[in-house]
Amino acid sequence: VTTEITYEPVVGLEVHAQLRTRSKMFCGCPADYSGAPPNTHCCPVCLGMPGSLPVINSRALEFGLITALALHSRIAPESKFDRKNYSYPDIPKGYQISQYDEPIGTGGWLEYESGDRTLRWDIRRVHLEEDTGKSLHTSVDGREVSLVDYNRAGVPLMEIVTEPAARTPAEARDFFEALRRVLMYLGVNDGNLQEGSMRADINVSLRLPGGEPGTKVEIKNLNSFRAVQRALEYEIERQSGLLRSGQRVEQETRGWSETVEITVGQRSKEYAHDYRYFPEPDLPPLRIADHELDRLRRSIPELPLARLERFRSQLDLTPLHAEVLSRDRNLADFFEGAVTAAAAASARSIANWMTGDVLRLLGERDETVDTGRVTPPQIAELVDLVERGEISTPAAKQTLEHMFDSGEAAASIVDRLGLRQVTDVDAVESLVLEVIAANPTLVDTYRAGKTNVIKRLMGEAMKASRGTANPETVMRVLEERLSST
Amino acid sequence: MTDTDLAYLTVRDAGRLLRSREVSSVELTQAALRRIDEVDQYFSAFITVTADVALMLAEAADRMMRQGTDTALTGVPMAAKDILSTRGITTTCGSRVLEHYVPQYSATATRRLEEAGAVLLGKTNMDEFAMGSSNENSAFGPVRNPWDPERVPGGSSGGSAVAVAAGEAVYALGTDTGGSIRQPAALSGVVGFKPTYGRVSRYGLVAFASSLDQIGPLTRTVWDSAAVLEVMAGLDPLDSTSLDAPVPSYTSALGGDLRGRRLGVPREYFSEGMEQGVEQAIRTALAALGDLGAEIQEISLPHTQYALSTYYVISPAEAMANLARYDGVRYGLSVEGEDAWDLFGRTRESGFGPEVKRRILLGTYVLSAGYYDAYYRKALQVRTLVRQDFERAFEGVDLIVAPTSPTTAFRLGERTDNPLHMYLSDVYTVPINMAGLPAISVPAGFSEGLPVGLQFIGPALQESAILQAAHAFEQATQHHCRRPSREALPSSST
Repeated sequence: VTTEITYEPVVGLEVHAQLRTRSKMFCGCPADYSGAPPNTHCCPVCLGMPGSLPVINSRALEFGLITALALHSRIAPESKFDRKNYSYPDIPKGYQISQYDEPIGTGGWLEYESGDRTLRWDIRRVHLEEDTGKSLHTSVDGREVSLVDYNRAGVPLMEIVTEPAARTPAEARDFFEALRRVLMYLGVNDGNLQEGSMRADINVSLRLPGGEPGTKVEIKNLNSFRAVQRALEYEIERQSGLLRSGQRVEQETRGWSETVEITVGQRSKEYAHDYRYFPEPDLPPLRIADHELDRLRRSIPELPLARLERFRSQLDLTPLHAEVLSRDRNLADFFEGAVTAAAAASARSIANWMTGDVLRLLGERDETVDTGRVTPPQIAELVDLVERGEISTPAAKQTLEHMFDSGEAAASIVDRLGLRQVTDVDAVESLVLEVIAANPTLVDTYRAGKTNVIKRLMGEAMKASRGTANPETVMRVLEERLSST
Repeated sequence: MTDTDLAYLTVRDAGRLLRSREVSSVELTQAALRRIDEVDQYFSAFITVTADVALMLAEAADRMMRQGTDTALTGVPMAAKDILSTRGITTTCGSRVLEHYVPQYSATATRRLEEAGAVLLGKTNMDEFAMGSSNENSAFGPVRNPWDPERVPGGSSGGSAVAVAAGEAVYALGTDTGGSIRQPAALSGVVGFKPTYGRVSRYGLVAFASSLDQIGPLTRTVWDSAAVLEVMAGLDPLDSTSLDAPVPSYTSALGGDLRGRRLGVPREYFSEGMEQGVEQAIRTALAALGDLGAEIQEISLPHTQYALSTYYVISPAEAMANLARYDGVRYGLSVEGEDAWDLFGRTRESGFGPEVKRRILLGTYVLSAGYYDAYYRKALQVRTLVRQDFERAFEGVDLIVAPTSPTTAFRLGERTDNPLHMYLSDVYTVPINMAGLPAISVPAGFSEGLPVGLQFIGPALQESAILQAAHAFEQATQHHCRRPSREALPSSST
């Protein structure tokens, strides 16, 4: 029996993220092209009409800088744009404006959790460029044609390139997920993977543990977490198989087939590109003033991993709740808004409500915390009412539904519907007496020693109070009355 | 006044006649159109004549006159090089690939002129994509020099130079990447002004070499150049390389002599290959400058000899990228192919002329992996040295004066077989583009009946200073008053 050689994958990611600016990278056309009829978000600049010139979108530049700062990259005091020359029908100018040897950010890292470990993946660079148009191959009137839609051409794109690292497919996936979360936290990307607003190219090579990395293969255009992990798993298997059988791994670019979950070699006709980069003469070099950088640095919010840790340690949330509530910045802000506004309720109980009923109701209504009608102080008020024993949990759930429907404050719903919990002993006494009188058989059974029927009597009492009676008080009074005759 | 009188008006005189209501813009425009109709068959200065647009603009200009909203340029008929984007008007760049291309927008420079009431007569002939020094690289045929129709007018703004020289337009716009305004101005006997890089917005100027291209006027007098620049110049938010510096009144800077002015004459600009007649005319011109009170001193611009070869690395590199968009997909010529790349290839094969192809190949080569450092990077370093030459020179002199071109107009076909010989036509103009400086070429005399040009070069943004000096020279010498004789034309009136 021969032991199979185990190779170690060395993985690098190039992540392209569209920036969530209003206009395109170098012109005033709207950057949001979803649903727009083809070639309607275009102008002489993004169509590359003769004589048109690019003008840098300062918001896109800020987004790039904020990201680079958040990834601990060094910001070059001066950087520049370059022309990346290659021909494709969806590249309107025959070159893409990108950044070659002086990107806005160099170096850096991102910390992320994978399983129960916190890992750090080094970043090589962060740069800005413009997206391309989209080609569509179809047939019109029985004729094979290629169509091009330039709505996407010129949409601001940020490329984040990692250093190669010995990482597993699951770790690569977790990194991609963490990076997406950071970009969404920063407000620079909408995280919409299906629509391609974030996509990854992955480089992978194999090596013997401690050895030199072998031939690098690039897998292009992965746009889901699953695809990142599965494509890597597949590619590691494929390359291991080749090496074990004494074959060579070809340096090539492969695509990921979502349907059959395999990587496929792309046209070998496509010889090595020589992009003939040179400085973009239409754009003067970028100089970033220190005070601008300071301002941007101050605008960076607490990032998801730091928040997750704080939710766990400082706010004492369960790991699951901390995870769910820190994942989305708006949700986390909403939750913390409620925690701050609460007078009596603990962060933990607010987290319970948030992860349970609040998220469920939002989901049912296809809303998010920022589109829904309910505000953080309203949630705080509701949980406070529960915490102080003024309403029961079932009454609170009922109240919450009304809050989602009307946006009305918890207290006014409670009062209007008479849901306030009855803790007044006299009122509970009369309620209990009524229940005892109405259920002689159950009372006899209890007194005969089967004391667990008290739960049924309890249920009857709660029902009679329409949920408003304080269960503890009801139980105490019931016990007193049943044992005292 | 006869059509010929009207045809040779200056902007300034045309303005006076218009404002005194001696002539209307419509009359002036009709006269110019008649003149074009009469003589342009011999010169081919125009690719497109926009008679309807011109008359419409002339009517609008006459209204501006009546309403008192006129400017120095209102109602004056002019022409624009066919590389400036004009909304709704074919803009060919002298190329088959854009033969039927109609832009959706106007260049900032032409838009500003239109707002000032300029009357566009048409679009002028040029070397394809401004690549050439003789105007023989136009897909629409060469332009002929009115001083001798067997000779070239210079290039690439040859059509604009001849439109002015032959009395077809009062002034014309050109573009200057390596001398394309000044060299044809010199060879055709008119004034040609290349402002500081970034002084006039390049938005809508179809790019040849973006770091060098600049728009400027070709006129009959220095005053006219000053007036046209005043309207076109200034920051444009659509061009990130346009300069954010106030635009002075250039016309008010004119007047006075040159007493106390230190003028440097670079010894490298009297190199081998310079025609004797040109040198003589320039020496005489320098003496005239001395008579005006200027202190003439010899200076050195030591890296001059490297400027031309450096230019032929940098400009083709940029051109290679700038011309990549002509692929037959979105506009212009489109020749069907089996797939996208076949379409690109066929379109470009039949759309571009030989000089354009040569420069695309050159540009591709100098940027290729493995050659970048040896060519492109080195060229950028030399460019810095050339710029520093000028900076150092301007520590000791106010302006530099030099011949615009080593020769007078050469014969059609004389240099077409020898690109390197052709490139030498720009040896005195290219370094100024490399340094991004303003320079004006003015008529400075004649050699064997052909015009010679003298250029005044200044530090960045010192347009007023060079205009003042050139104006003093022009007023003292009056070379600009001489017109090409009608006898030079093939017999037209039979």
